[in-house]
Amino acid sequence: MSNQTELSSSHAGGQADHEGIDASGVNDILMAGDKSKGGRPYFFNSAETERVMNIAMAIAAEVAVVRERIDTIERLLQTSGVLRQSDIEAFVPTDEAAEERQLWHARYAARILRIVQQELDAVAHPENNIPMQQIADEINDM
Amino acid sequence: MMSYQLPPVWTKLQRHEVFPEFSHDERARYNFLANLNRFVSTAIAPGNKIAFDKRVEPAFRAVHGRSFADRHEVAAAMSNEPIYQCWGALRRSTMEMRQQNGRAVVLRQAQQLAEKVKARLAGAANLVLAKDFVVPPYLRHVDNHLMPGSYHTEYFAGDVANAANYDSGLFVTSGGMLGSLTDGGGKAIAAWVKASYPDFKPRRILDIGCGLGHNTLPIAQLYPDAEVIAIDAGAPMLRYGAARAQALGIGNVTFMQTDAADMQAFANGHFDWVQTTMFLHETGGRAIHKIFKEINRVLAVGGLNLHIEQPQYTPDMSFYEQFMRDWDAYYNAEPYWGHMHDLQPVDLMQEAGVDPADFMQVGVKAVNDLDQKKADGQVTEDYGRSPIWNVFGGWKKG
Repeated sequence: MSNQTELSSSHAGGQADHEGIDASGVNDILMAGDKSKGGRPYFFNSAETERVMNIAMAIAAEVAVVRERIDTIERLLQTSGVLRQSDIEAFVPTDEAAEERQLWHARYAARILRIVQQELDAVAHPENNIPMQQIADEINDM
Repeated sequence: MMSYQLPPVWTKLQRHEVFPEFSHDERARYNFLANLNRFVSTAIAPGNKIAFDKRVEPAFRAVHGRSFADRHEVAAAMSNEPIYQCWGALRRSTMEMRQQNGRAVVLRQAQQLAEKVKARLAGAANLVLAKDFVVPPYLRHVDNHLMPGSYHTEYFAGDVANAANYDSGLFVTSGGMLGSLTDGGGKAIAAWVKASYPDFKPRRILDIGCGLGHNTLPIAQLYPDAEVIAIDAGAPMLRYGAARAQALGIGNVTFMQTDAADMQAFANGHFDWVQTTMFLHETGGRAIHKIFKEINRVLAVGGLNLHIEQPQYTPDMSFYEQFMRDWDAYYNAEPYWGHMHDLQPVDLMQEAGVDPADFMQVGVKAVNDLDQKKADGQVTEDYGRSPIWNVFGGWKKG
């Protein structure tokens, strides 16, 4: 560039700021989630609802990642001749295996919906739903 | 057959020498996000207009005996609409996830990225960083499009993390519609100028607010005999951009750290073409006028002055559409967007020495080297995200 010198009069050379690269101060786990400047808007009437939705969407993303990873494994196994994808589609578990898998699904569903189950329990059994402050006072007399 | 249009997979992005490494799961995370964005924009976003027509506007009319008088009234009314609330919350969520996911990728390898860029720039003369550069206040005040640290933050000397995040993640936000090098805007403007003005032979071209140069390089490629200067305020972007240009074999672009409102490094009438691409809406209400004054000064008489922007808010644009286009201003942290689109481009161009009679304005669509059918597939207007832009400009009068 013919006018490089003239243009560069107030500028450093291209390399000067590259000396001593040291990223050891970068906390990638926390800094990945840095908040951007400006107040965060909440669209739902309840910020708590929006918080839950954001957590759910992040988990949805991770389920998609796991799904894609399993797909990769299946395809690699197919390529290496270990199994065909049609083997997976045609797979029929033994009765014992099927039972184990059903059990897993049942536990999984129960884990996900724990809070709903417990809210229903609270309605069904008000005697087990006394506010803890009241219990504390009552226990104080026990 | 499926009529649903899939976004291109993230691996269609062209990896170059200084591009960040992605693990299998990091790629998958971006594939999910691109699809989530596509679903939100094609299946959920149209619900806003339906709710507006069926519920929000009639309810407002019932109370006030009239329809909306401006986009701000629309915004206030829509804020209570459940469909809009859900769409807005989802859209904001996808933007935040995209940033966190991208930052996780580049920050874990920040050291290696900086070293790769340093190695690529060894002996190169296409990067000029300023000593004691003052980042313009409008950039320091906000993290544009929710990118923590924006364009200028360096987490350590020689850092390029935010630029690498931008380079590898814009594909997700745009659904791959800007092409394999995210350069669809630059390609579009370069092709349009070449076709419209075949005799135009610019010797020196200035691209203001170049970022990492993804829209600068197509112009430099189409005008290989021109000397192209790409300026920006962000050192990480310029460093990364200079190394990226080297890696892509483009030698006629110099990346310089310069404030667009104070371009004293350039002599009067130095450039034959001054270009900005999706830059003006990320400036400020006072700076923009200083920038146009400076453009007028550095542009040669008879020179070309072009700007790619989102559409202006004109009287024939509905308040609903203005409101939807304002979304990014407030909720995607591009706050000058709304105010800027209230300005009249013809007035700005007059400040840059373009006679109103010579003012021109056209629409251009991104040139996408990926599957064009997929790129064309998204017919649903996704306000502020569609790869269709407003180009305005003119030739500086003598």
